[in-house]
Amino acid sequence: MIPLRLTVNGTVREVLLEDPRVTLLDLLRERLHLTGSKKGCDRGQCGACTVLVDGRRINACLALAVSLDGASVTTIEGLADGDALHPVQAAFITHDGFQCGFCTPGQIMSAVGLITEGQAGTDPERIREGMSGNLCRCGAYAGISEAVLAAQGAGDGAAIREDAA
Amino acid sequence: MNLFDYTRPASVAEAIAAAQAPGAAYLGAGTNLLDLMKGGVVTPARLVDVTRLPGLDRIEFLDDGGVRIGALVRNSDLAHDPRFAKTYPAVAEALLAGASAQLRNAATAAGNLMQRTRCPYFADATSPCNKRAPGSGCAAIGGATRLHAVLGWSEHCIATNPSDFCVPLAAFDAVVEIEGAGGRRAVALVDFHRLPGDAPERETDLAPGELIVAVRLPPEAAGFSAHARYLKVRDRTSYAFAVVSAAAGLRLNGDRIGEARLALGGVALKPWRAREAEHLLAGQAPDPDVFRKAADAALAGAKPSGEANVFKIELARRILVRALTLAAAGTPERLPALPASPFAAPFAVPSPSPAGAAHG
Repeated sequence: MIPLRLTVNGTVREVLLEDPRVTLLDLLRERLHLTGSKKGCDRGQCGACTVLVDGRRINACLALAVSLDGASVTTIEGLADGDALHPVQAAFITHDGFQCGFCTPGQIMSAVGLITEGQAGTDPERIREGMSGNLCRCGAYAGISEAVLAAQGAGDGAAIREDAA
Repeated sequence: MNLFDYTRPASVAEAIAAAQAPGAAYLGAGTNLLDLMKGGVVTPARLVDVTRLPGLDRIEFLDDGGVRIGALVRNSDLAHDPRFAKTYPAVAEALLAGASAQLRNAATAAGNLMQRTRCPYFADATSPCNKRAPGSGCAAIGGATRLHAVLGWSEHCIATNPSDFCVPLAAFDAVVEIEGAGGRRAVALVDFHRLPGDAPERETDLAPGELIVAVRLPPEAAGFSAHARYLKVRDRTSYAFAVVSAAAGLRLNGDRIGEARLALGGVALKPWRAREAEHLLAGQAPDPDVFRKAADAALAGAKPSGEANVFKIELARRILVRALTLAAAGTPERLPALPASPFAAPFAVPSPSPAGAAHG
């Protein structure tokens, strides 16, 4: 058995793993019952599993949980403050940044990571480039780009609809 | 995924000792290794987790003017280190052209060198593949070969090396620092990856159990910072492997090229340094005719490995010309230069112009 201690959404969680093959994604979903992080491709191609580890966005499906012993993990469940949505969550609603919703937790966690990294600013093209690790098969990219731009503090996302599309 | 023994040593010496076990593999971020394990392509008996090894996560600017990149430096940390990006812009641009932001946040420098080919037949555990199962044949030959090699391939393997990072590293004479049971040694990056020959299963110069501890760029690499580019053509604007890519660096003496560095990606099983082309460029004016002659020289030995990749030879020539043209125009102020597609408007190849103007 491998003892594992992670801080997940601010709470210390201790887990005994009987198998080292468990990915961070499977640990979150199947052991800690945090099913907000989605398993899309499970191969690092779709971004639906994106979470923050020690403040940085990564693909939870391509990280071995045992390797992250001691890390601090933030998932979509840890963003809101009670009923008060995180600004990126609110922006996705305001700008209709989804259709079916399956990719949305990963999109939002990726956007939070992108904004923290501070590389994209309010340039729609840099936002699209920075969000390219998150696929949306419904094709809600226009709304997603607007939401991320709005959350960056660019003001009215509707004004850049044409550019973000 | 096969069951494996997991160990997390506390020192490089312990890691090397742990990796002497048969079937052992080092685990960095695991972004490529875990993917291959999920597909049953590789089945290591033991994973030696090197992510906590002390002292390997630093970028050290050396007194001699070079830089030493620790094996565990994450791709994004390297690309966004202001001093590194300013000194080695083509390396930063290549890093930022690779994978996605999530993967760059995890993937390490050494892991990038160790990543496996993305040949779909290698990744399909049920296909013949001399690299994965020596002697089983090559399913790629006569198969879907659009992204396969046009240089340095053999009848045993026509795969390509997928790395972006390694292309400018090859151009700028990077050196790989390796530690093993027998001590420490260094090998030039251009000699680190092997061409397939008749033993495509031997991919690198590493002996079993050897560990990459750093990648070093020599002092001369900093001499190209004002005119260095990495240009990548891919099937979508972002988050795709290169169809063809090129790293170009120029040291200009007035209106002449003092020294040129050129390497291609996506064309061979290793990053392809184009030394003959570099020699042709030295002493010449940076103009399109000269660039075209250099590109012709770089691809002189090219041969398609399948009908579907005939186009890559002319594409590689054109990408070299464009990379040289952009390098002559000057390193952009901001990396990555966007639009990321080299075919984005303005469609025409820009003429040499003041630094930073190439992408408008």
